[in-house]
Amino acid sequence: MPGPMKMRASLGQGFTDVRVLMTHPMETGQRKDSEGKIVPMHFIQNLTVKVNGRPVIEAQTSQAISRNPVFTFRLKGGAKGDKIEVSWLDNHGESNRTEAAIA
Amino acid sequence: MNSIRRALVAAFVLTLVRPLAALAAWNKEAFSAKTAGDALKSLGIGNPQPSKDLTVEVPEIAENGAVVPIEISSAIPGTTALIVVIDKNPFPLISRFDFKEGALPFVKLNAKLGETSDVRVLAEAGGKYYVTTREVKVTIGGCGG
Amino acid sequence: MKIVALAAAGLLAAGAWAQDTAKEIQRYREMIAEGSPAELFELDGETLWKKPQGPRNVSLEKCDLGRGPGVLKGAYAGLPRYFEDADRVMDLETRLLYCMTTLQGRTREEAVAHPFGSADKPSEMESLSAYIAAQSKGMRLEPGLLHPKEKQSFELGRAIFFQRTGAWDFSCASCHGQEGVRIRMQDLPVLDKPQFARPVMASWPAYRVSTSQFVTLQWRMNDCFRQMRTPEPTFGSETTAALIHFLTVTAQGETYNGPGIKR
Repeated sequence: MPGPMKMRASLGQGFTDVRVLMTHPMETGQRKDSEGKIVPMHFIQNLTVKVNGRPVIEAQTSQAISRNPVFTFRLKGGAKGDKIEVSWLDNHGESNRTEAAIA
Repeated sequence: MNSIRRALVAAFVLTLVRPLAALAAWNKEAFSAKTAGDALKSLGIGNPQPSKDLTVEVPEIAENGAVVPIEISSAIPGTTALIVVIDKNPFPLISRFDFKEGALPFVKLNAKLGETSDVRVLAEAGGKYYVTTREVKVTIGGCGG
Repeated sequence: MKIVALAAAGLLAAGAWAQDTAKEIQRYREMIAEGSPAELFELDGETLWKKPQGPRNVSLEKCDLGRGPGVLKGAYAGLPRYFEDADRVMDLETRLLYCMTTLQGRTREEAVAHPFGSADKPSEMESLSAYIAAQSKGMRLEPGLLHPKEKQSFELGRAIFFQRTGAWDFSCASCHGQEGVRIRMQDLPVLDKPQFARPVMASWPAYRVSTSQFVTLQWRMNDCFRQMRTPEPTFGSETTAALIHFLTVTAQGETYNGPGIKR
């Protein structure tokens, strides 16, 4: 069960600011746990940002993105009520998504 | 008529059955490259041109390499992708963003830097590549408050 | 003469470098603050606040944090303070523990079995602290100081701050009692002086990027004692509450802008 995901989409000057926070360990596969065992790689590989159902940003990311990633994107224009969706997929096949309307 | 309909049905069924994982591409070769040079070669990026219109904001000193904020904005007309490479990381390519109609070529992200390193950001616009590089010094922290 | 001039120039340059470094570190702190994972812990905390637990199977929603049962707005900014039902001064986490045992019927042992979490598993106290502290954002820190026990607690906290003890004969003041000192790259704030205590207390509890952990004031007290090679204090003890009280009073009036994000 992936941890909480939170997004805020707010209107700026001719653009929409989208800030999304995700819970994810983003394990590099190089860290050892308290028992000295290597913690296997576990990280988000893909991110998709959709506006009213249409993908506008496709991202590929590596294990070098910080744990509990925070991304900020900008969309052209935008109007109150537009539906923004951000979803991610990791190397284990796990995924999560969140939706918010532009405030 | 029959074969066309069958092909359409097959295509439709395939779309339903295809798992999410298959739809999302992840450039394993480029992300596995161990040097910045190899990563760029893998992405087919030859001689990127330095550009003042590709703005990269990073802190000059990062108190902790676990979270290094990088803010990128491209004013190069027709920018369709932004690529981030951390030269000294064990696997330098750390992300690629593809922008479609409706998105601005802008992103802010937090990256892990293993040590003081150049942060190399590339922009793809009109089939050409542009680059801006910034150095981030990574310190070891104190006892932490 | 030349040597003196060179040395003076060297010192000036070093001073300028130190100032530049401080400015760059400040810039780093500002950049990471824009988008802190602390909000994820706030979400977790909200779920925990509303979750029925313990033998009585009730949530914490009737817990009185000083502004009335269940009132969260401004509650953190008013802590630590005296609570009549417990007849003592309590900080946020001590008060949460009190509610867990009295409202939910949980035992102290169970409630604080793991008071400080890890990156993989935040503790209840950490998530709850994030959620509750966030409800005081923008409000002035006004810990209690009128009740006789509040005055006593403040004095006790101050005494402990300056009390040298433990294997290294350290007190809090050993690190936090003089200007211009640092450990590696971190400047050590003088915590018995309002001008330095204020920005510090306005940013706790906080998300710590180096460990991906959310850290609280009870954790900070515990860890400072550990770093001083002094026996670690009991969670929610009079000592920890008094120290937190002393620090918050020293910072009183400052606008709370947490939960924060730190190295």
